[in-house]
Amino acid sequence: MAAISRDEVANLARLARISMSDAELDHLAGEMDVILGAVARVQEVASADVAPTSHPLAVNNVTREDVVTTSLTPAQALSGAPASAEQRFKVPQILGEE
Amino acid sequence: MSIRDNAWQMSEALHNKEISAVELANDHFDQISKVDKDVHAFLYLDKEGALAQAKEVDKKRAAGEKLSPLAGVPLALKDVMTQRDIPTTCGSKILENWRPPYDSTVVTKLKDAGVVILGKTNMDEFAMGSSTENSAFGPTHNPWDLSRIPGGSGGGSAASLAAFEAPLAIGTDTGGSIRQPAAVTGTVGVKPTYGGVSRYGLVAFSSSLDQAGPCARTVLDTALLHQVIAGYDPKDSTSINQAVPDVVAAAKKLDVKGMKIGIVKQLSGDGYQKGVSNKFNDAIAELVKLGAEIVEVSCPNFEYALAAYYLIAPSECSSNLARFDSIRFGLRVGDDGIKSAEEVMNLTRQAGFGREVKRRIILGTYALSSGYYDAYYGSAQKVRTLIKQDFDNAFTKCDVLVSPTAPTTAFKIGEKSEDPLAMYLNDIATIPVNMAGIGGMSLPCGLAEEDNLPVGFQIMAPAMKDDRMYLVGGALEAALLSKWGKPILDFAPILAGSK
Repeated sequence: MAAISRDEVANLARLARISMSDAELDHLAGEMDVILGAVARVQEVASADVAPTSHPLAVNNVTREDVVTTSLTPAQALSGAPASAEQRFKVPQILGEE
Repeated sequence: MSIRDNAWQMSEALHNKEISAVELANDHFDQISKVDKDVHAFLYLDKEGALAQAKEVDKKRAAGEKLSPLAGVPLALKDVMTQRDIPTTCGSKILENWRPPYDSTVVTKLKDAGVVILGKTNMDEFAMGSSTENSAFGPTHNPWDLSRIPGGSGGGSAASLAAFEAPLAIGTDTGGSIRQPAAVTGTVGVKPTYGGVSRYGLVAFSSSLDQAGPCARTVLDTALLHQVIAGYDPKDSTSINQAVPDVVAAAKKLDVKGMKIGIVKQLSGDGYQKGVSNKFNDAIAELVKLGAEIVEVSCPNFEYALAAYYLIAPSECSSNLARFDSIRFGLRVGDDGIKSAEEVMNLTRQAGFGREVKRRIILGTYALSSGYYDAYYGSAQKVRTLIKQDFDNAFTKCDVLVSPTAPTTAFKIGEKSEDPLAMYLNDIATIPVNMAGIGGMSLPCGLAEEDNLPVGFQIMAPAMKDDRMYLVGGALEAALLSKWGKPILDFAPILAGSK
């Protein structure tokens, strides 16, 4: 049995905000199944008594002094934006037109 | 003075005013103009900026100012590091034409040291790959054989060194992207201890694994560059606030008498090309002759490192690459005034990301989703603990660990591009280092007898003991150089048009 179905891959693509053609979904579903079969091996040794590691060399609660430093100007921050207006990022419509 | 000289020789020639930094930069641009149409190491050349920087260094030298040892020496920068006002694409269509408004800390340090940045080098898209074939702008070709891959993801940086287009380069290494390209191009590359070099301005792929590092043609050149870019940076919250180990002194020491060198049992044998194993064993014999003591160590959980890596890296990537949303920078597709922001986002990410990037985002989204999180991502994090324990145990028995860097020499372009799992196996020996956050170096140890292509020798050292890699690497390099009679790149074919 496949570890992951085409419908599940379509749902993941939706969650990841990537449009996919039928051909892309077909191809990816097959690949995902093979890759998941290979990486599932981690479960063989991951017993309950092993603590997880999220970072190789943990450094905790790193903060800097609360002082004002220079930052990007609005023009610099907007310099790479696909569209901007009135010193703001201009986005496509986010609400329906009802 | 020749472009085939080492960076430290160029540094001396500049210091002695035998050549100016402007002349040296022009010599390299000249070489690039002749060979890069075949190699395709560069995505962008900044001739104007490089020559301005070189001129500045020449002016300071003429005025008698004290300069950094690498002032005026040219460098190739991997296109994943931001450089102010210079295109930074990460090998992706989604960032095509993006010009960052700030310098990464690595670039700031390079500029402060007077290093001349020639341009940006090709890479697998967002550093995901082992061959540079995943670049949206076409593959880089290995100077040893143009039909073969230069490794990846930093294939452009490694190829630029092997093609004498630059004597120094910057790479980044998440699972081997500095070391594997170094191995297959006959060059040297170092992944420093995690946190040893700032990640500020390194476009994130997998934040708990990504690490920038130095690349060059010799161990000493690599050490000189390491010294320039390493050190604490308050802009990177995972930066280590400790003194940088004296890697330059270590590279010059050439003495490994009495050192304990551990061979990792699990990083050899089946799956390693015969010529790779042979050259690795020859290098071990050289180290024995130099007075090092060889011990075999077992790291049983390394067997699971590749599987754990291909859960952790895609999980972090699915989160990090969410920033490419068509709103603040980069590509926007389908904005016709009617479609919603979400539809535009979906279409932009479909058009802007390549196949491998999509594969990893989907895999990571799956591994992090509720119901699967514990079984996949959670288990992978536990494997990471076990790998760290294996390293800790091994380092109680020896000073450094060694293995071949990659299981094979450079393969043909196209040979593995349709089989993601076969491609992932290239990183089998390099990944454990990233999982534990320790340092790793690759240096050339000979040519495999079956294909006459370079083989890489990997040296791994405990966290913040990066100097040990340079100590062993420098001594081994000197022994091999006297055995071969000339540097390994002198065995490579001369590229058409090259000086």
